[in-house]
Amino acid sequence: MNYEVVIGLEVHLHLKTRTKAFCGCSTEFGKEPNSQVCPVCLGFPGSLPVFNRVALDYAIKVALALNCKVQEYTKFDRKNYFYPDLPKDYQISQFDLPLSRDGFLEINQQGEIKRIGIIRVHIEEDAGKLIHRDEVSLVDFNRAGIPLLEIVSEPELNSAQEAHEYLVTLKSVIEYLDVSDCDMEKGSLRCDANISLRKKGDKLGTKIELKNMNSFKAVKDALDFEIERQAELLDEGKNIIQETRLWDARELKTMPMRTKEEAQDYRYFPEPDLPPFIIERNKIEEIKKGIPELPREKILRFMKDYGLSEYDAKILVFSQRNADYAEKCFKAYSKPDKKPIVNWLVGPALAATSQSRPEISDLNIPPENLVELISFVEKAEISNLSAKLVFTEMIKTGKPAATIISEKNLSQISDSGALNEIIELVIKENPRSASDYKAGKASALMFLVGQAMKKSQGKANPKVVQDILKRRLNDA
Amino acid sequence: MELNTLTAHELIDLLKTKEVTCDRIAASLETRIKGIDSKVKAYVRLDKQKEFKNSGAPKPGSSSLEGIPVSIKDNICTEGYNTECCSNILTGFKPPYDATVIRKLKDAGASILESKTNMDEFAFGSSTENSYFGPTHNPWNLDCVPGGSSGGSAAAVAADEAILALGSDTGGSIRQPASFCSVVGLKPTYGRVSRYGLIAFASSLDQIGPITKDVTDSALLMNVISGYDPFDSTSINVSVPNYRLSLGQDIKGIKIGIPREYFIEGLDREVKIILEEAIRELKNQGVHSQEVSLPHTEYAVPVYYIIATAEASSNLARFDGVQYGFRANEPTRANLIEMYKKTREEGFGEEAKRRIILGTFALSHGYYDAYYLRALKVRTLIKEDFDKVFKDFDCIITPTSPTPAFKIGERMEDPLKMYLSDIYTISSNLAGIPAISVPCGFTKAGLPVGLQILAKPFNEEILFKVAHAYEQRTAWHKMKPKI
Repeated sequence: MNYEVVIGLEVHLHLKTRTKAFCGCSTEFGKEPNSQVCPVCLGFPGSLPVFNRVALDYAIKVALALNCKVQEYTKFDRKNYFYPDLPKDYQISQFDLPLSRDGFLEINQQGEIKRIGIIRVHIEEDAGKLIHRDEVSLVDFNRAGIPLLEIVSEPELNSAQEAHEYLVTLKSVIEYLDVSDCDMEKGSLRCDANISLRKKGDKLGTKIELKNMNSFKAVKDALDFEIERQAELLDEGKNIIQETRLWDARELKTMPMRTKEEAQDYRYFPEPDLPPFIIERNKIEEIKKGIPELPREKILRFMKDYGLSEYDAKILVFSQRNADYAEKCFKAYSKPDKKPIVNWLVGPALAATSQSRPEISDLNIPPENLVELISFVEKAEISNLSAKLVFTEMIKTGKPAATIISEKNLSQISDSGALNEIIELVIKENPRSASDYKAGKASALMFLVGQAMKKSQGKANPKVVQDILKRRLNDA
Repeated sequence: MELNTLTAHELIDLLKTKEVTCDRIAASLETRIKGIDSKVKAYVRLDKQKEFKNSGAPKPGSSSLEGIPVSIKDNICTEGYNTECCSNILTGFKPPYDATVIRKLKDAGASILESKTNMDEFAFGSSTENSYFGPTHNPWNLDCVPGGSSGGSAAAVAADEAILALGSDTGGSIRQPASFCSVVGLKPTYGRVSRYGLIAFASSLDQIGPITKDVTDSALLMNVISGYDPFDSTSINVSVPNYRLSLGQDIKGIKIGIPREYFIEGLDREVKIILEEAIRELKNQGVHSQEVSLPHTEYAVPVYYIIATAEASSNLARFDGVQYGFRANEPTRANLIEMYKKTREEGFGEEAKRRIILGTFALSHGYYDAYYLRALKVRTLIKEDFDKVFKDFDCIITPTSPTPAFKIGERMEDPLKMYLSDIYTISSNLAGIPAISVPCGFTKAGLPVGLQILAKPFNEEILFKVAHAYEQRTAWHKMKPKI
């Protein structure tokens, strides 16, 4: 049977503040276990939290970018539960008065814009990390107290693909804001999902909470698995039991973790160590001013102002630094049609990026230099083939195109005197092709052009070669 | 002259004229403690440590307490010195840091005693009987309790086993023992003194405060420990006056409210008479007194026992055997939940368990609105009662406790009766206002009675002014128990 899939995502994001949410310890990743701790983040008796205001600014920035209403009056609450990675056996979080609510994120689904509601964005602290070794379990508290943002979507995603698109879009927005590394492998972005199935028009089905997904792909795979599992159960007329299930990335399936009956009572109550606080309107306005143009708007503007296709715009806008680079190129390039620039950027430029140089701007080519290179091609001063060589050389040396062209003697030969000689030679060496062309076989001409290019070591202007060849063979 | 019997301000004067030395002060205190603490039991772990650590010269610009020993309640963190809240669950806990008040005392040159003063476990109690180390005895009658929870600090000061002491007050834990032991105890305005390093009982109610032999010493100690602390988000950035300037002032014309709800059933007849006499003395000095009403007084105890236990249930969760303190012996491969259960079962005493259960219940799903939320609302009403009175009155006077000290063991089987011992002190914690208890007489049986003065937030000055004026005309604070 065909079911409607209903998915809501809960994303946890490390804010990349220099220090933790409630103490002065460093948040740096990958340090010696328990080397970045103090009485506060270890929850030692008598220690008290002091809220890191930078975390608040970052959180407000995200809330605004997700179109949420930032609450003027907000507070922290304690979420009480026992676990060895939780130093105080409660987590400082937000319950009934979260930082912000009622926002949305627009995602692109098969060319259509779909608006996904954001229920709330709130601040909390991260817990430590348990490491299990043989008979013992060890705790590393370096992560304990790092500021986390919880972003809860409405259950408005209707497929695993949509959930994936939501995560990709969210990540791109957060990266534009420069407030989180969004690295799932390092745990700076984590995602849980709620998923239920229903017959179209029915009320919501029983939901399953999915945890332990460590990549965007895992989220998609887990959801796809769950959709199939639940659909099978429903087809057989069985009931779905409300429970939390864990994704097993090795076995590629979800496994039950706990049922609703075992669900915990977190006994939330206002955190008495941190007084409620007022967020001033003008502070919100100030942060709003600091929000850069976000991916969605930038894509639309690139399409409108520079005539890009949505496909190309999305590729370039996905990373803010690439987008900035592209825009500088567009501005340095005087012609209204930016297609040659776009072709270079999404072609050779992106292809040249690597793990160590992930963005086009990391290639160390000033945008003007790239534009200059492209204009040499357009003015037929070098061939396309040579241009690629020059480009590689520019990355290697950082020199401008003109210098490399003269050093390597790559100027294109457009002078018919010099080309006539080569062409005579080519005709002499390939009489069969010459006569084929004369007999009406058009493709033979391209072969001869290719031979001429080869003889000139790529420096011949193919267009001029073609013209001369045509004239020469037609006359004969 | 026994130096240990003197007040801090007397000793400071003698130190200035070089008539005594810091070492001699320390030595006389040590002799006294060795001599009588086996009877009073004001200090804990004495067998293990009884050193007086001198923290060195005061920093320039700080108010000087150079060489004056200060005794510290066992719930205030002292770097490297055991701080166990008189609980088995914190056995062996040596904090890696000093509480802000300890740092301030050290900056002022005070000596911090390594032995801490006895208390009810985690400050849960009004008699110091709930200590893992056993009860403290009242220096005025060794069969009686010293009050609590800061009973060790109050008894030490009363028995001249301490010069100055710090206590903590969540519902009367400084004032009620001060009253039972005939010493001066002050609970400052919530936010006046940093709580950083005070092992929390109920975070929204706790305050550290001085327990001293007279009002002048109380002002002296407050000068050192008060002030905004960036490490305590609930401390408040209000400038601290020099409290000594409030001493020796004329109190003529000061308006005092006497709340009718405090002079009803349950108030001991003798205490009532002693109080009325004290009020007459103040009137003789020209204060105007008038009956006032604090209509929500009767709800203070129930509201307190919901809010305080709720916060305590969460604050005490961290004592789980994972990082520090006591962990129950476990069979190998015991599971996590069993480790938690056994550790907390063996680590906490009866009263701690009772309060954790009460607080956990009050916060539980389905009960939160009826208990915790409602208690918060009534707390606001209680605060508004005080706001109203303080519009027309400078301070409020009440007995500190409805009875004098009771016998050890007398109320242990009746927690409700024990809780009522704090009926007059709890409201000021709920309202966050400052309150002081000063000695105001003795019952026929020779047990001390305390007078409580309350004022609006950040007006400790009026407390010192009135208390000092009263003290100047009476001799109660000079009386010494015979042990």
